[in-house]
Amino acid sequence: MDTLAAPLTIAFDYTRSLGPVLGRFMAGLRERRVLGARTSDGRVHVPPLEYDPVTHEPVTDLVEVSPTGTVVSWTWNPRPVEGQPLDRPFGWALIRLDGADTPLLHAVDADELHTGMRVRIRWAAEGRGHIRDIECFEPGETGISEIAEDLEPVEIMTTPIRLHYQHTTSAEEDRYLRALEQGRIIGQRCPACRKVYVPPRVCPADGVAPDEVVEVADRGMVTTFCVVNVPFAGQRLTPPYVVAQVLLDGADIPISHLILGVEAGDVRMGMRVAAVWRDRSRWSTTPENIDHFEPTGEPDAPYESYAEHL
Amino acid sequence: MRRAAVLGTGQTEHRTRRTDVSMAGLCREAIDRALADAGTAWDQIDAVVLGKAPDLFEGVMMPELFLADAIGAAGKPLLRVHTAGSVGGATAIVATSLIRAGVHRRVLAVAFEKQSESNAMWALSIQPPFSAPITAGAGGYFAPHIRSYIRKSHAPEHIGALVAVKDRRNGALNPHAHLQQPDITLESVQRSPMLWDPIRYDETCPSSDGACAVVIGDQAAAEASSRQVAWIRATAMRTEPTFYSGKDHVNPRAGSTAARAVFKAAGIEDPLDDIDVAELYVPFSWFEPMWLENVGFVGQGQGWKLVESGETRIGGALPVNPSGGVLCSNPIGASGLLRFAEAAMQVMGRAGKHQVPGAATALGHAYGGGSQFFSMWVVGRQP
Repeated sequence: MDTLAAPLTIAFDYTRSLGPVLGRFMAGLRERRVLGARTSDGRVHVPPLEYDPVTHEPVTDLVEVSPTGTVVSWTWNPRPVEGQPLDRPFGWALIRLDGADTPLLHAVDADELHTGMRVRIRWAAEGRGHIRDIECFEPGETGISEIAEDLEPVEIMTTPIRLHYQHTTSAEEDRYLRALEQGRIIGQRCPACRKVYVPPRVCPADGVAPDEVVEVADRGMVTTFCVVNVPFAGQRLTPPYVVAQVLLDGADIPISHLILGVEAGDVRMGMRVAAVWRDRSRWSTTPENIDHFEPTGEPDAPYESYAEHL
Repeated sequence: MRRAAVLGTGQTEHRTRRTDVSMAGLCREAIDRALADAGTAWDQIDAVVLGKAPDLFEGVMMPELFLADAIGAAGKPLLRVHTAGSVGGATAIVATSLIRAGVHRRVLAVAFEKQSESNAMWALSIQPPFSAPITAGAGGYFAPHIRSYIRKSHAPEHIGALVAVKDRRNGALNPHAHLQQPDITLESVQRSPMLWDPIRYDETCPSSDGACAVVIGDQAAAEASSRQVAWIRATAMRTEPTFYSGKDHVNPRAGSTAARAVFKAAGIEDPLDDIDVAELYVPFSWFEPMWLENVGFVGQGQGWKLVESGETRIGGALPVNPSGGVLCSNPIGASGLLRFAEAAMQVMGRAGKHQVPGAATALGHAYGGGSQFFSMWVVGRQP
C-alpha cells in the first residue's frame, strides 16, 4: 500500500555579503566588465578567488579580462529545470575568457557546441551588480570594454533559493493520520521498552519498529508549557497564547499543542485538558483535525504522575 | 595517550550583520588571528577541520567545498563536522583526536555562522506536510524545559535575570562580544518584555555573525611554543535522541555522562574545587543553573543556589562565562568553539579584561540539537 505523500516547497531569499573581492567583481558585471584575480603565481582566476591558494594572502590585484572566450569542454543539457539560466535545451560549458587562466562554468545558448568554439557573454538587459548580470553565453566575439574608473564594490547580493520535495509518510505516520481522519488518536507500543509513542514511530531509544497499535484518549494532562507573548513570522494566533506539552491518557510521551479556552495566566502544570476537534465535515488525514485543547475542569494531576516526562 | 595542546586561538568581532566580509572573509578573520596567536605559519598546518551548523542557515550546501581554498585546506586533509549547536565543540574534539591519534602535528579547527545571510528560525521551523501547525517561535522549544527546571528545583524567579546581568556585564569586558551592555541591571532585565514565559527578552541570546579558530598541536609543537599553551587534558562527546519517552530535558543523560567521562579522563574528582573557570553553552540565562547541575558541579536542585550566591561571577568560586558567553554572542556554528577557545584563553592567561586571575584548569562545554549532542573539554596550564 502506498503511504500518504504530499509536496513540500521551501524557499528563501538568501543574502550574500560579498566582501572586497567579490564585491568588486559584481560591480564590474553591472558595468558589463569582467574582473579576474591575479594571484602570486601570475595566473588570472575568473571568477576571482578571495585568497591566494599559494601564499594564503588576501587577493588585491583585480584585472579586467575579455567578455569573449573559448569553450574548453562542454556537455549538453536537453531538459532544463527550474532555476537554470535557459528554459530550452542548451549547453553547459567550461569557458576560458581571453586574458584568464581558469575556465568558468556557464550556459551557452546555441544549437550545438564544440571544443574551441568562440563564445561571448550575453548580458542581462539591466545590470544590477549580481552574478545573474551574465544571462548566459552565445556564439560570437566582443571586444574588451574601455577601462573605466575604480568601481565601488557591491555589498550584498540576494540569491533566492527554492527547493521542491515530495514528503512521503512512514507506515506508522500513515496509520496515525488515517486514524485521525476517523477522529481517533492511535499510538504504537515499542516491543522493547513497552512505551506507547504518539504519534507512533520507530522507538528513538531502542531503534526498533513499533508493533501493537494502541488507541489513546483525546484527553490528558499538561506536563509543561510556554506562554507565547511575542509576535513572529508565520504565527497563526494573536499572542498571548499557550503552547503546551500534553501527555494523553495511555501515551508515554507528550505531544505539543495549543491550550485555549482559558486565560494564558491560568494554565498550570498538571492541568487536565481535552481535545477540541474541528467540525467533523472538515476531518481529513491531518493533525489539524484537533484544533486545540481546553481544560476539562477535573482536578490537576499530581506532579509525581508526570515528573518523568519533563 | 599522546598529548595535545591549544597553541593559539582567534575570533572575529561578532555582530548582528558582518556585511563587510564574505563567509570566507569571516573565517579568515578568526583564522589569521589564531595563527598569529599560535605563532604558527600556514605551511606548518597539516589539516583543517571546519565546523558549521545546518547548511540551510546560509543556504549553501557543503560550504567546505567552496571555502577549501580560503581556509587554507588546498592540498591538505579537510574534514567538515556538523553536530548542530554543539558543532564548535565537536570540531575542536575532532582536531584534537587527529593529534592524539598521531596522524598530524598541527591542525587548524575553524567554525563559523553567518546568520545574517538568512534566518535561522525560518530554517529550523520548516513544517513538512501532515505536521501539526503548532508554532511557538524561537523560545518555544526552550521555555517549557526552563519551566520544568524551576518546578523541579524550586528556584526563585529572579535567577534567570541574575545570570543575564552577570553575562552581559562580563561581555562588556570582552571586546569581541556582540552585545555590549555594561549598564544592565537586575531591574532592567526584569523590566524587559516576557517573550516566551518564563523567558524574558534580556535572558535570550542574540543572533550573530562570527567565527572562531584554534590551532591544536602535538606535544613537540606545544613544547616548541614560546608562549603558554593550553594542554588538552581530556575531551568527551555524547549523543542522545532529542525526544524519547522518559527523556529528562532538564538533566539530559548525554550531558551528565559526557561530563563524568571528561572529568574522569582529566583526573578531576571534585569539579567545583578543581575547575577554576567554565565556559558553558547557555543560550537562555536559565540554562546556567541547569547545566551547573547537569555537568555535576553541584547536586540536583542546587545550581540556582550557586548562581544566587554570586559564586559564578568573576572572582567567585566558579566563574562561568567570563567572556559573556552565548548570551552575548551567538554565531551558532562557532558558539561551541568559542566556549572551548575561551576556556583555553583563560589557562593561557590571554583573556584580557575578562581574565580569571590564576586560572589553571578550565572547562569548555557545548550542546545542541534539542539537548541531542554534548561536547566538552578540560584544558590546563599543565599537561
